[in-house]
Amino acid sequence: MENNEACVSINSAADIVTARQKGRALALELGFDGSDLTLIATAISEVARNIVNHAKSGEIVVSPMNHSNKRGILVVARDEGPGIKDIAKAMQYGYSTNKGLGVGLPGAKWLMDEFDIESKVGKGTTVTMKKWLH
Amino acid sequence: MHVPVLKQGDYLIASVQSVLSDADLVQLRDDLAERVGQFRSRGVIIDVTVLDVIDSFATRTLRAVAHMLKLRGAETVIVGIQPDVAFAMVQLGLTLEGVGTALDLEEGLAYLDRLARKPVKHGK
Ligand SMILES: Nc1ncnc2c1ncn2[C@@H]1O[C@H](COP(=O)(O)OP(=O)(O)OP(=O)(O)O)[C@@H](O)[C@H]1O
Ligand SMILES: [Mg+2]
Repeated sequence: MENNEACVSINSAADIVTARQKGRALALELGFDGSDLTLIATAISEVARNIVNHAKSGEIVVSPMNHSNKRGILVVARDEGPGIKDIAKAMQYGYSTNKGLGVGLPGAKWLMDEFDIESKVGKGTTVTMKKWLH
Repeated sequence: MHVPVLKQGDYLIASVQSVLSDADLVQLRDDLAERVGQFRSRGVIIDVTVLDVIDSFATRTLRAVAHMLKLRGAETVIVGIQPDVAFAMVQLGLTLEGVGTALDLEEGLAYLDRLARKPVKHGK
C-alpha cells in the first residue's frame, strides 16, 4: 500500500467527517495503533471544524513524514478566513468567540505531539500538527 | 445519516448507526425532543458504540440534548463510548458532566430503571 498524502477541501460540516477519515486511514497505513488513530482523528475534527465555523472554507492536508530516525503523520489545516487577532488567547482552554467550549485548539495541541499555529488578521490561519510513531 | 429512534416501554432508544455530521446531531436532538413528548417517555438511551470520534462539538451537542430532554421530563443515558474515544475525550478535557453514562445498552436500561425506582422528592 502506498502512504500517499491526501488533501480534503473543507467547505461544510460533511467535509469534517471526510477529513478525519482520510487522516485515520493514512495513520493506519503508517502503523499507528487504535488509541493514536482516535487521537489523530479527533484533532483533525477540531481543526476542520474551526475552518467551517470560523473561516467558512479551507483545506486539510495529511501526509506521511519520513525522517532518518522517526516516522509520523503531518496534518496541515489551512484557510484564508478572518485570521486570529490574539493567538495566545485563542489557545486558552475555554476561550471561544462563538459560544463553543473553547476546547478545540488547546485540545488538538494536547492530542498531538507537535502543534503550531500561524495566523494573520485578514489573511488566514494555518495549523500544523505532527504525531510521531513510537 | 438519520438516527433511528425505537420506543421500548417508557424509554426511547436512539442507536447511532454511523459517523454523525453536525446536522445529524441537531436532527437527533429535535427528533428526541418531539418523541419524548409524543410517547411521554421517562428515559432516553443514546447508543454511540459506532462513533469513532466524539469531539468538542459532539460533546456539547450530546450535553445539550440531555439537558433539553431533562426539561421535557426524561433522563438521558449515553452508552457505548469506546475506550479509545473515552481516552481522546479525557485528553481533550471533555466531560459529559450532568449526563448519565453506562457501558452498554443493558447497563443503560438498568441505569434508567434505578432512576425510575428512586422515590420522588417533594420539595417545598
Ligand atoms: N481557523 C480559524 N480562523 C479564525 N479564527 C479561528 C480559527 N480557529 C480558531 N479560531 C478562533 O479561536 C477561538 C478558539 O478556538 P477553539 O477551537 O479553541 O474554540 P471554539 O472553536 O470557539 O470552540 P470549540 O472548538 O470548543 O467548539 C475561536 O473561538 C475563534 O475565535
Ligand atoms: Mg473549535
